[in-house]
Amino acid sequence: MITAKSRGRQLLLQGNEAIVEGALAAGCRFFAGYPITPATEISEVMSYRLPAAGGTFIQMEDEIASLGAVIGASLAGTKAMTATSGPGFSLMQENLGFACVAEVPCVIVDVMRGGPSTGLPTNVSQGDVMQARWGTHGDHPIIVMAVSTTQDCFDITVKAFNFSEKYRTPVIILSDEVVAHTREKIFLPHPGEIEVLDRIRPNTPPEWYIPYEDNPRGVPPMGIFGDGYRYHVTGLLHDVRGFPTQRPDEIIPFMSRLFRKVNQHFYDIQVVEEESTEDAEVIVIAYGSVSRSARRAIREARKRGTKAGLVQLMTLWPFPRQILEPLLRRVRAVLVPELNMGQVSREVKRINQGATRIETLNRIDGNLITPNEILVRLVKL
Amino acid sequence: MGIASEALKNFKGFNLKNLPEVEPVSPGHRACQGCGEVLALRQAMKALGTNVVMCSATGCMEIITSPFPQSAWRVPWIHVAFENAAAVVSGAESAYKAMNRKGIINSPDTVFVGYGGDGATADIGMQALSGALERGHNFIYMCFDNEAYMNTGIQRSSSTPYGAATTTSPAGKKSIGQSTWKKNMPEIAVAHGTPYVATCSPAFPIDLMNKVKKASLVPGPAYLHIYSPCPTGWRCGIEESVEMARLAVQSKVFPLFEVIDGQYFLSRKVAKPKPVSEYFKPQRRFRHLTETEVAKIQARTDADYEKLVAKCVMEAKTKEKPEQEMSIRLDGA
Repeated sequence: MITAKSRGRQLLLQGNEAIVEGALAAGCRFFAGYPITPATEISEVMSYRLPAAGGTFIQMEDEIASLGAVIGASLAGTKAMTATSGPGFSLMQENLGFACVAEVPCVIVDVMRGGPSTGLPTNVSQGDVMQARWGTHGDHPIIVMAVSTTQDCFDITVKAFNFSEKYRTPVIILSDEVVAHTREKIFLPHPGEIEVLDRIRPNTPPEWYIPYEDNPRGVPPMGIFGDGYRYHVTGLLHDVRGFPTQRPDEIIPFMSRLFRKVNQHFYDIQVVEEESTEDAEVIVIAYGSVSRSARRAIREARKRGTKAGLVQLMTLWPFPRQILEPLLRRVRAVLVPELNMGQVSREVKRINQGATRIETLNRIDGNLITPNEILVRLVKL
Repeated sequence: MGIASEALKNFKGFNLKNLPEVEPVSPGHRACQGCGEVLALRQAMKALGTNVVMCSATGCMEIITSPFPQSAWRVPWIHVAFENAAAVVSGAESAYKAMNRKGIINSPDTVFVGYGGDGATADIGMQALSGALERGHNFIYMCFDNEAYMNTGIQRSSSTPYGAATTTSPAGKKSIGQSTWKKNMPEIAVAHGTPYVATCSPAFPIDLMNKVKKASLVPGPAYLHIYSPCPTGWRCGIEESVEMARLAVQSKVFPLFEVIDGQYFLSRKVAKPKPVSEYFKPQRRFRHLTETEVAKIQARTDADYEKLVAKCVMEAKTKEKPEQEMSIRLDGA
């Protein structure tokens, strides 16, 4: 069991356990969840770690209620999260849209398993990339991060909480069954070394507070329940004071601010990790557990004389277009291996616009893409 | 006379001599050793026969009976999502009704069954079940209550009893384990005006089979709450499964009763109740409970039982023989 004393040491952890560690380090003090393979361990560890840290763990009656409770907790001023897998994530979509439009910071972990429907509960997949982006109805901005190692699980979870607090938006962490259940060494930084951000609270007198007023950052300060900054929270499109509106002159500024607050901070939000891309002629664009196979494959390819590089996407949405575009203009070919029928490769093709050749490597049988499969394709590119 | 008592007027129950030989759930499934849930399912299916349509929620009974190439089902069976077995069975039943009316098929006696575990019934599936009971479809809903989410690895549900340790209600110095009392699902079903509601236990197979048969005869919804010991999740011996089910009845933790048209009938009067501690003892999920906590649970159990007995107008006439002859003894006693 992980004790407080073991912080700052190296540990052997499962991806799911590392997410819990990351969440606690980021200041998460509320978790509401529902059992689902392969995300259950997050609930299980939270059930004893959170109360010990002075937080609250609730097991809800379903995933709809889980995200509902998280939204309530966040509005009450706590950093809150939930964790689920594909079927549960489908149930959360309505509340996810609410969190977007009401600008409620929260973190949702989706440990991807084979789908659709009940699918392959114990097998790996990356099929929820587009669901994370477009699962809830209507136009909305969203931040989606992907994790590939246990260390990532910790670091990205901290980052996800920071993004959600900074930009007042739900952040989705896409993990997958392989990352979730792989036990590996992880270095937990000392609490003081971790950058933890909190939401900006209003500093005007309560009677002057305009809850959804625009500012250069696009993120209005957030009053919390009970601190005197009383305002109206609704899923209806609202004006700057939070009241439902149908006037185009109020809807347009609101919606454009909602998008602007995520889009204008793309340099902060878009996180990628590059390996050997400086002189690369072919690159692999990968994310999640597949990027581990890809890393091995490009190193092998280099040994065999192919100048290969890897771009590992940590942020999937907003899609890191500004970082990928210059690379795509420079390389001979790109391989996008992923455990679905081509959800990210479709996005790469969209921003590529014919600049280079994009090849895909898809696997949907519930198994991981091996380094060898990628290598075989790489040397032929 | 209500619709249920009308339908059950000439009911003739099963006894040891006329047990049906059909096995709609065949052997060869993948349940854990000592699974009380699949035992109850088997008994229920024997009573129902083969003219049934089964709608299964996600759960142990779905996983263990269905993996290719070893389906254990000999009757039409559909697995849907976690929360909507009652909704899907509503659709199937309505379609049959319409097709029967139009003369497309002639199968008026087909029985429609939705079933799920306690999580799929009391937590996530509550909305679908409530809707189906309210609309009054002619179906049976069976809740196999093993008191936690066993399929994902023993997480608490709203049906987990007070004090039980699960992976999401861990017991320790500062936590008792499950801190809320078990949700009373049969009472919720009764509150919907359901014509037939009953609780049954696989330790009393004839009683269980009779109740399932009665549920199938009632024109309208029927709700069965079936106690399903889970040695894996309750941390008791695999050979103690049936004994646990019996002790739950004998210690008044899980009283057996029927509600026919809103009238309560006690199926089995517990004349000499055993203390709940006797029921708790073999189960490691309760081993952390102190004597004060056990006394608290005992008091609540007694009070609940008294409340139930007060509601029962009379004892049901059961055809079952005394339990010593009937129930399955594995301990050699």
